[in-house]
Amino acid sequence: MDHRPQAWGRPRDDVYGAYDASYLQTTGPKTATQAPVVTGTSVIAIKFKDGVVMAADNLASYGSLARFTDVKRLRPFLSTSIVGFGGDVSDMQFLDRHLNELAIDEAYEHDHAETPSPSDDSTTTTQPPRGQLNAANLHKYLSKLMYRRRSDFDPLWNQILVAGLDSASKPFLASVDLRGTTFSSPSLATGFGAMLAQPIMRRFAATEEDAAKLTREQAVDVVKECMKVLFYRDARSLDRYSLAVVTKDGVELREDEQLEKQSWAFAERIRGYGTQTV
Amino acid sequence: MFRNNYDNDSVTFSPQGRIFQVEYAAEAVKQGSVVVGIASKTHVVLVAIKRNAEELSSYQKKLFPIDEHVGIAIAGLTSDARVLSNFMKQQCLGHRLTYGRNMPVRTLVDMIGSKAQINTQHYGKRPYGVGLLVAGVDEQGPHLFEFQPSGMTEEMVAFAIGARSQMARTYLEKNIDKFAECGRDELIRHGLRALNESLVQDRELTVDNTSVGVAGAVRASEQDGGSIAVEPFQVYDQQDVAAWIESVAEDKEGDAGAGEGGDAAGEGMDVDS
Amino acid sequence: MAAMFSQNPLMNGPNYSISDAPKEDAPEGARQHRFDPYTDNGGSTLAIAGDDFAVLAGDTRLTSGYSINSRHHPKLFKIGGTTADQKDATIVLSVVGFAADGEALKERLDTICKMYRYRHGKPMSVKACAQRLSTILYQKRFFPYYAHAILGGLDEEGKGAVYSYDPVGSYEREQCRAGGAAASLIMPFLDNQVNFKNQYTPNSGEGHALQERERRPLTRGEVEVLVKDAFDGAVERHIEVGDGLQIMVITQNGIEEVLLPLKKD
Repeated sequence: MDHRPQAWGRPRDDVYGAYDASYLQTTGPKTATQAPVVTGTSVIAIKFKDGVVMAADNLASYGSLARFTDVKRLRPFLSTSIVGFGGDVSDMQFLDRHLNELAIDEAYEHDHAETPSPSDDSTTTTQPPRGQLNAANLHKYLSKLMYRRRSDFDPLWNQILVAGLDSASKPFLASVDLRGTTFSSPSLATGFGAMLAQPIMRRFAATEEDAAKLTREQAVDVVKECMKVLFYRDARSLDRYSLAVVTKDGVELREDEQLEKQSWAFAERIRGYGTQTV
Repeated sequence: MFRNNYDNDSVTFSPQGRIFQVEYAAEAVKQGSVVVGIASKTHVVLVAIKRNAEELSSYQKKLFPIDEHVGIAIAGLTSDARVLSNFMKQQCLGHRLTYGRNMPVRTLVDMIGSKAQINTQHYGKRPYGVGLLVAGVDEQGPHLFEFQPSGMTEEMVAFAIGARSQMARTYLEKNIDKFAECGRDELIRHGLRALNESLVQDRELTVDNTSVGVAGAVRASEQDGGSIAVEPFQVYDQQDVAAWIESVAEDKEGDAGAGEGGDAAGEGMDVDS
Repeated sequence: MAAMFSQNPLMNGPNYSISDAPKEDAPEGARQHRFDPYTDNGGSTLAIAGDDFAVLAGDTRLTSGYSINSRHHPKLFKIGGTTADQKDATIVLSVVGFAADGEALKERLDTICKMYRYRHGKPMSVKACAQRLSTILYQKRFFPYYAHAILGGLDEEGKGAVYSYDPVGSYEREQCRAGGAAASLIMPFLDNQVNFKNQYTPNSGEGHALQERERRPLTRGEVEVLVKDAFDGAVERHIEVGDGLQIMVITQNGIEEVLLPLKKD
């Protein structure tokens, strides 16, 4: 029997065989997401007169398998902004937890900020406290996070849309992807939506000026129409979706919308892959 | 001879529950020349008396910009203040980089508060020998904070720290109700009058020894979103403060003989110079 | 079942008996993609130095593949002002290539300029800023900022200065430079129109005896026309260029910014 102190309390090799310490090994390459696994498809959003509308369906696909059919891919932040996630769902859930922490920290920072400053005019009772992270701040933060992760070769495999208001209380909509590339536009769409929905939305909001003329109802209608087109043509999509409207009054999020008035009659007439000539 | 056994470090309480090193640090603040800060609904000002070590030397700066929306006034050890100010500058830059906004003043002040507190609880460390008035504007509007070597921070409507600052505070307390509605220039004049109260008998405010710093926040109307337009923190010296000093001197001539006899607090040489 | 134990290399692969048989490239959990940290967001920039001014320009389209992500994404950035809105800045940086790297590069340089101001109490000269930008790029020599940077401003004598860079920090001061997707379309045009390359005095001789047209600094009006023409040409022939043209003119009086429309097709 082995009486050396380092063997005390360990399973005996002569009975159990040599201990397999391989799982304790900390050397070897660090592993990182090399490809998305469970994925969400398009997120689409369009600005209107006093806010932004965003939508994404409730499907999480595992390759071509419609794996989870009630995954909510829009999340509000501090009830002032909306974040929509396309791409890997586990990375989305990581970001969701991370944003929860950020929101809690931010709420702590600001709960005592309401006290004795002489500038406090007691008339303001609108619910989002001033000075909390707005959509533009949040987008900046997320872009830094995504860029850092890509630079570490450990990307978060998402394309993200952030909607809300900026510091001048104007509608804000911007995107950030797994490489940290950021851009902003009156309407935005990720994934298949960039091909199928974006052209439709640009018909209604080609420029900021056009978007500033859209009413809330018009914007919602356009987005619903786009969700329908996406369901017709995107094989990894679902007819149940989430729809969010963000304005200065906060976020309205409905997570169990059903596509209405679908008509599959057009499918009968499709012949081959090219432009339909008949 | 009496010897205090409880002031060798900042980790030992005295039997009376005091930490002498921290209290001594607070004394260092009182050696620095006086600085005054006032906040109104739209602006926040810092005014300071600069000292020169001797007639031929230059004056030690008292006001420092930290970021476009924040500035500080210092009283105490200038070199300790530099450490804190560099830290604050870096934090503000970092915050701007990650969030794309002005760092909320409260957040910034809390950071130096925590940083200073650490020095009061570790053996071999020394508390900062400097007090600060932190003036800044953020989305909530203008703010004025006091910072003490103990790590204590507090939001103030108006305050003064440094040598003979009690006189300035008395003036501020008397006029506290007026500040909220004050405009930019009026607020600066209040600051200078408070400063005047703290001066030794035969000294007066001059363009050489006075510094003024202002930051402003103009809020857009509620239907325009009510967002804040920041007037960046700006320090004024020399001829730029002449007009304010003059206008204060004018109304001074009316009421003669204000201010009592001068018992100048011991002005240590390596303080503020 | 037979195939399982077959000695046929075609069916079972080469039947190595030793344990350290060569492993395939992708073992367990084969990688399908490898993450590529770079992408090209298209667009084009150009800069021309005048006698007492410098002009920088860039289109505002941001693409990925055949998609237009944004029609308004500026590539020109004011650097080294005291405030976030950069209204007192005197230097302009243009970046084109991978937009995220460009953005990171801009913020890095701007932060460094701000810290320079804290330390020295004065703004950075273009010359110093240009040298520093080179260092920043070279520090990431083995994971480069994938961007073509051009820096513009006025030098110590008040003359227009344009510095151009490669992604790893090689730089030189030039009279003019085009960068990005349509650089190869714009640069020859600039060579001809700014540096008067291949322009000769008529009837001055044959072959080597031909006299080159004498170079002279262009006026601001001439340069602004050149810039617009260069981009109109690029838009016509390059799909990644278009939508808007952002121009910044740096003079003694500060920076003037103009936004002109380009074709959106």
